[in-house]
Amino acid sequence: MAGQIITVSSGKGGVGKTTTTANLSMALAMLGKRVICIDADIGLRNLDMMLGLENRIVYDIVNYVEGRCRLRQALVRDKRYPSLFLMPAAQTRDKNAITIEQMNRVAHEAAEIADYVLIDSPAGIEHGFRYAVTPADLVVVVTNPEVAAVRDADRVVGLLEAEGWAPARLLINRLKPDMVRRNEMLDVPTVVDLLAIDLIGVVPEDPSILAAGNRGQPVVLDERSLAGQAFRNVARRLHGEEVPFMSLKSPSFLQRLFNIR
Amino acid sequence: MGHIPVTLKGTPQGILLRVQTESWEVALSSLELSLRDAQSFFRGGRVILELGSRPLPEDDFQRLRQLLERYEMELWVILSEREEVKHLARSYGIRTRLPGAQSPHQRADEVASNALLVRRTLRSGQKLHHPGHVVLLGDVNAGAEVVAGGNIVIWGRVRGVLHAGAFGDDAAVVCALDLMPSQLRIAQYISRAPEQRRRVPQPELARVEHGNIVAVPWKKIRE
Ligand SMILES: Nc1ncnc2c1ncn2[C@@H]1O[C@H](COP(=O)(O)OP(=O)(O)O)[C@@H](O)[C@H]1O
Ligand SMILES: [Mg+2]
Repeated sequence: MAGQIITVSSGKGGVGKTTTTANLSMALAMLGKRVICIDADIGLRNLDMMLGLENRIVYDIVNYVEGRCRLRQALVRDKRYPSLFLMPAAQTRDKNAITIEQMNRVAHEAAEIADYVLIDSPAGIEHGFRYAVTPADLVVVVTNPEVAAVRDADRVVGLLEAEGWAPARLLINRLKPDMVRRNEMLDVPTVVDLLAIDLIGVVPEDPSILAAGNRGQPVVLDERSLAGQAFRNVARRLHGEEVPFMSLKSPSFLQRLFNIR
Repeated sequence: MGHIPVTLKGTPQGILLRVQTESWEVALSSLELSLRDAQSFFRGGRVILELGSRPLPEDDFQRLRQLLERYEMELWVILSEREEVKHLARSYGIRTRLPGAQSPHQRADEVASNALLVRRTLRSGQKLHHPGHVVLLGDVNAGAEVVAGGNIVIWGRVRGVLHAGAFGDDAAVVCALDLMPSQLRIAQYISRAPEQRRRVPQPELARVEHGNIVAVPWKKIRE
């Protein structure tokens, strides 16, 4: 049976799509799944860096669709979890180097040999967004608890609905519980209420994420990291488990979270 | 021929464009006239072009597309019985069928009368333009827009932009379960969202009184 294709998207840039793709891919591999993550942000590749695999790249996705290598040659195997593979983006080309049909074919070929295919989509709602969401069975819409990011996420969900693409689940990234408590940041129920799609996870702000990304060691590898725990929980939910939403060190936050459903 | 050369019709999915003349020349100039007249309605809208068995040379296609672009409209779907037309459409990234099974004909009952009933939430970037009344069962999120020639009734909450009486009818009203639009227009009158944030939602009716848009709680209207 073919694996599930999950696209990570957002509309707005910088909200944490690549961080999410890297961490969910690794967390699913830690659960023993065969995972292929595809960097669809052609021209601005950085999924390889966040996974610490940049030095191992020989071929990339554009090479593959242009027939310069075989699928297996374009996949970079992870050094820590051998069931995790990366299909890197091309650094020196732009998004027009790939058509919607080509991305579709790559994603479905990958799904033939993996349990999960994760696609890291570029920012925006243009061609790159379209080719990233077209093959998806599920779209994880990443947003931050701030008005502009939520508005862009709404735009993306609207496009997914209008064009009849895959169902969307919401991941709220960079939540700061103390700011929520002081009413300086949108809280989870407000964001969920605005977007009216199912929540799949809430990831707190975690300063170690930046360093982890720079070192190529996603935070899911860190047992003690709260953000890492949140991503591991999302991976288990994707896998179909019921995992309760965790407390982010703030009773009022927990209370609010439980109020939403 | 006695026909109207082209017809434009609002449907819940987009603006349905039908060409009913032999001459593409006549069709384009007639379309341009309609668009110029009703610009604000169709601006930003997406077009469903229904061609049936009519051929569409690439030149003609390009001229239509450019005309629509000038009026900020997107050629979204081309419905054709001809393989080469479908092929042409697809090569420009244009759909050749409507998402879901609905054809515009099945929805025609909803637009035949003067009011358009739409059952969905309008999300950021989505626009609903209709020359008659609009009844929406759903929310109008921030960044979304409803423009109607007549009244607007929203069974839901409003955070986006509403414009009722867009042809200048200042007797038009707007009703909503929770009315907090970023901008509300009736005919030529404009009001912006009040600054105060948190409040208990209540059904309201907005109308023009002495040159100002005022929102009256539904409870008050009944008194
Ligand atoms: N939960 C988080 N806590 C702190 N920093 C984060 C978090 N998620 C993402 N970041 C930081 O935000 C920046 C943008 O993240 P990235 O994943 O590249 O976003 P995108 O791919 O959406 O553009 C990075 O510097 C990353 O380290
Ligand atoms: Mg990115």
